[in-house]
Amino acid sequence: MESMKNFSDPSVIKEELIKKYPPKVAKKRAKGIVLNDPEATPQVQANVRTVPGIITQRGCSYAGCKGVVLGPTRDIVNITHGPIGCGFYSWLTRRNQTRPESPEAENYMPYCFSTDMQEDHVVFGGEKKLKQAIQEAYDLFHPKAIAIFSTCPVGLIGDDVHAVAKEMREKLGDCNVFGFSCEGYRGVSQSAGHHVANNGVFKHMVGRDDTVKEGKFKLNLLGEYNIGGDAFEIERLFDKCGLTLVASFSGNSTVGALENSHTADLNIIMCHRSINYMGDMMEKKYGIPWMKVNFVGAESTAKSLRKIAEYFEDDELKARVEEVIAEEMPQVKAAIEEIRPRTEGKTAMLFVGGSRAHHYQDLFTELGMTTLAAGYEFAHRDDYEGREVLPTIKIDADNKNIEELKVERDPEKYNPRRSEAEIEALKEKGLEMNGYEGMMKQMKEKTFVVDDISHYESEKLIEYYKPDIFCAGIKEKYVVQKMGVPLKQLHSYDYGGPYTGFTGAINFYRDIDRMVNNPVWKKIKAPWEKASGEAELNADYVTQ
Amino acid sequence: MLLRHTTKEVKEREGLTINPAKTCQPIGAMYAALGVHGCLPHSHGSQGCCAYHRSTLTRHYKEPVMSATSSFTEGASVFGGQANLLQAIDTIFSVYDPDVIAVHSTCLSETIGDDLQQITKKALDDGKIPEGKRVIYASTPSFVGSHVTGYANMLAGIAEQFAKSTGEKKDQINIVAGWMEPSDMREIKRIAKEMGVRIVLFPDTSDVLDAPQTGKHEFYPKGGTTIEALESTGDSKSSIALGCMSGEPGAIALDKKCKVPFQTEDIPIGLSATDRFIMSLSKAAGVEVPDEITAERGRLVDVMTDMEQYLYGKKVALFGDPDQLIPLTEFVLDLNMKPTHIVSGTPGQRFEKRMKEILKDAPYANFKNGLGADMFLMHQWIKNEPVDLLIGNTYGKYIARDEDIPFVRFGFPILDRIGHSYFPNVGYSGALRLVEKILGVFLDRQDRDAPEEKFELVM
Repeated sequence: MESMKNFSDPSVIKEELIKKYPPKVAKKRAKGIVLNDPEATPQVQANVRTVPGIITQRGCSYAGCKGVVLGPTRDIVNITHGPIGCGFYSWLTRRNQTRPESPEAENYMPYCFSTDMQEDHVVFGGEKKLKQAIQEAYDLFHPKAIAIFSTCPVGLIGDDVHAVAKEMREKLGDCNVFGFSCEGYRGVSQSAGHHVANNGVFKHMVGRDDTVKEGKFKLNLLGEYNIGGDAFEIERLFDKCGLTLVASFSGNSTVGALENSHTADLNIIMCHRSINYMGDMMEKKYGIPWMKVNFVGAESTAKSLRKIAEYFEDDELKARVEEVIAEEMPQVKAAIEEIRPRTEGKTAMLFVGGSRAHHYQDLFTELGMTTLAAGYEFAHRDDYEGREVLPTIKIDADNKNIEELKVERDPEKYNPRRSEAEIEALKEKGLEMNGYEGMMKQMKEKTFVVDDISHYESEKLIEYYKPDIFCAGIKEKYVVQKMGVPLKQLHSYDYGGPYTGFTGAINFYRDIDRMVNNPVWKKIKAPWEKASGEAELNADYVTQ
Repeated sequence: MLLRHTTKEVKEREGLTINPAKTCQPIGAMYAALGVHGCLPHSHGSQGCCAYHRSTLTRHYKEPVMSATSSFTEGASVFGGQANLLQAIDTIFSVYDPDVIAVHSTCLSETIGDDLQQITKKALDDGKIPEGKRVIYASTPSFVGSHVTGYANMLAGIAEQFAKSTGEKKDQINIVAGWMEPSDMREIKRIAKEMGVRIVLFPDTSDVLDAPQTGKHEFYPKGGTTIEALESTGDSKSSIALGCMSGEPGAIALDKKCKVPFQTEDIPIGLSATDRFIMSLSKAAGVEVPDEITAERGRLVDVMTDMEQYLYGKKVALFGDPDQLIPLTEFVLDLNMKPTHIVSGTPGQRFEKRMKEILKDAPYANFKNGLGADMFLMHQWIKNEPVDLLIGNTYGKYIARDEDIPFVRFGFPILDRIGHSYFPNVGYSGALRLVEKILGVFLDRQDRDAPEEKFELVM
């Protein structure tokens, strides 16, 4: 590989990454660190427990459920049932943006609701307090829906949030109350919480409103959380192309949209990790096919729009999509032409999320940059190796703690949008339905794929490769920058974004150009600090 | 309107906290532990707590915040977390090689009843703690107190588990720092040096959470109170605790263990609290207050007299942590402004008592702390009686925007600005900076709203 020819043998570096661990830990970590081969796609150990004591990027199930999935839905009162911390930390820290239709319309996103459990609730149970909290929220706001999120102690003391939800739903009458068993200790990462959340959304929201919207091409956007306005840019493109967005799960979304989502004719999935099962469940129950798309990267956006048009098999739509691409691309090309000479040949590493470390590689490719190493903090093997490995994934005790819904055809609402033969025909034409090839097939040979990377490993990788940019989250940001390498946050975007679509791609190019070419990185050493091999200060002093 | 659903009518709530003015104990423990040199904080619970605490501290300080976790999954939650903590101690010493691991509990490990004292003792007995290394602990369940009490508990743990008394008194004073910024801790050290007093300040997060850019990440930056200094606190002449809720428990622990007498002062924010701190330090060390300190004070008072017309009678709403709100409210009164609404989510009767004393001549002031004292309530109070200035952490910006109130960021966390960790708020120079910030927002507002003919160049 061209850009890596100056580096030591990657397998030697891999040994270095795990050398310091106690033997058992080293053995375990070795399976999560893989040298890529896009042809053979080696197996990666993923979705397994983090070794206690390891400094990990990971969060917890509650963070995945309340923070990621339900957080961006603006008209649900999300009550965290537990001590104050969890609610506090998930309060406005993800930069999910939303746009209510009017100044009066419901928007609870700037609020933090918690039962603020105290010691006596842990001893005697918190259900009474929770009921009281729901009642107070209802009396104050009369929301359409109230969701309850369980934190660690709630599961341990046995508060039955689902029974409380049912009781309050019946009592209140016009408010949909539902609970989530997303205690932080469930599963091994945020991923468990995404699953719990989507199961809840599927059970309690999807399918409640059968109104069929106007629009010839109706679709749902799954796994897009509107960080930094990403969903706004995708919505803009859909409008322009004449696509009708029924519901976005869950960026810039509403209860009504989610309840109506089963009326769409296609589900498209952005973040495979957080929501792929929703695609499957909706297909089984309502007959809506799904396909994986990616709106990160200008080329990927064009490709995804074409895929959607291809699915609907409508010439007018196809023509419109081509017009939109033709209208948008010149600005992208102009930006690339200007910027690429300054980014060409530079290197990146990405350790973030469950799909982002894959998607953002497209933007780096457009900038002429190489991804030397990448990995996810909460992915499963299919996100790395592709969905074909799904049947071979071992189920362990931690997976078993997450409910798997038994989904069947809805006797009334099931309506196959495409017959099996039609789907096969689409596949024949090269349209990837219900598929995802994973991250590794796109990455170069002998690049590093590391699952659940630890602080120690990332520091070592940076020392060896000195990438021009590192992408991760806030916990990693200043560590990496102290090493003289700029860090782009790909969870919250450092006040930046959107990075989706065509406008987003241009935003990203500009941000990366600014970061990797910022002169400050060359000014870290003071002029009087002697650089090795350089002469000491020369000066003549005049003595009087 | 961002907070469009906040009603003017105030209704008593018992079940629901809305927009809390506090967070949970472990983050305070993590912050305190970072003020010990060579220390790696460790969160005994599931990963989420540690991730959230690191993220929030990182966002506030814009600095690396290192901490490990016991990474509980369901098994540990059922069978107890001992095995996880023992494995964690092993892994941490092999990979990260700290001098000290400071373990704090979470609501998860507290609910299942993990005993940190017993587990850390077992680690020692099993030989998992290398020679010369230490593992200390503090119990910080999230369903008790707030981040402030968590800080205090870890501080008490540090004092209790490090201090030694050799029987020989040292000519030094302990300063037990309540929750303050690295810049504040640096300022306390500067004042002591100016006064010629030898102090041991702990914890001390300066040079840890404001480390310079060098092109190299120091896992254990040069700052933090050293183990040697912490051990010597047992031999100090006396202690001054700053802050009755966040600082005092550390001083009490020292007194109990090593008979080091202490007195508690407010964190020196503003004029009066700084006066008391300087007097206290001068008395404890038996030194005269040097002229330079008196001159610093004089410069602050000079600005206060010069600028009084812009401050007089202005109504202020404040929210945040008790040990900061107490001297800050007093300073607001010293500036001839009116502290009108005051809210702290942190429970504790000491706050109530002190606020009553401070506000005895300000019967108009609303204040509340503990359960039910949240920012939603404060916003409702503001809707009923508007104010001219809001002082509090970042989350106040939503209220400030909706109600169009000038806003000064103060306290924890500040996620959307810098400066708080670099420029001190304590001492006379810190007070001067506060006056500057307050005046700045008042005059910016005046300039923004002035009709063209009243747009002023000079003041």
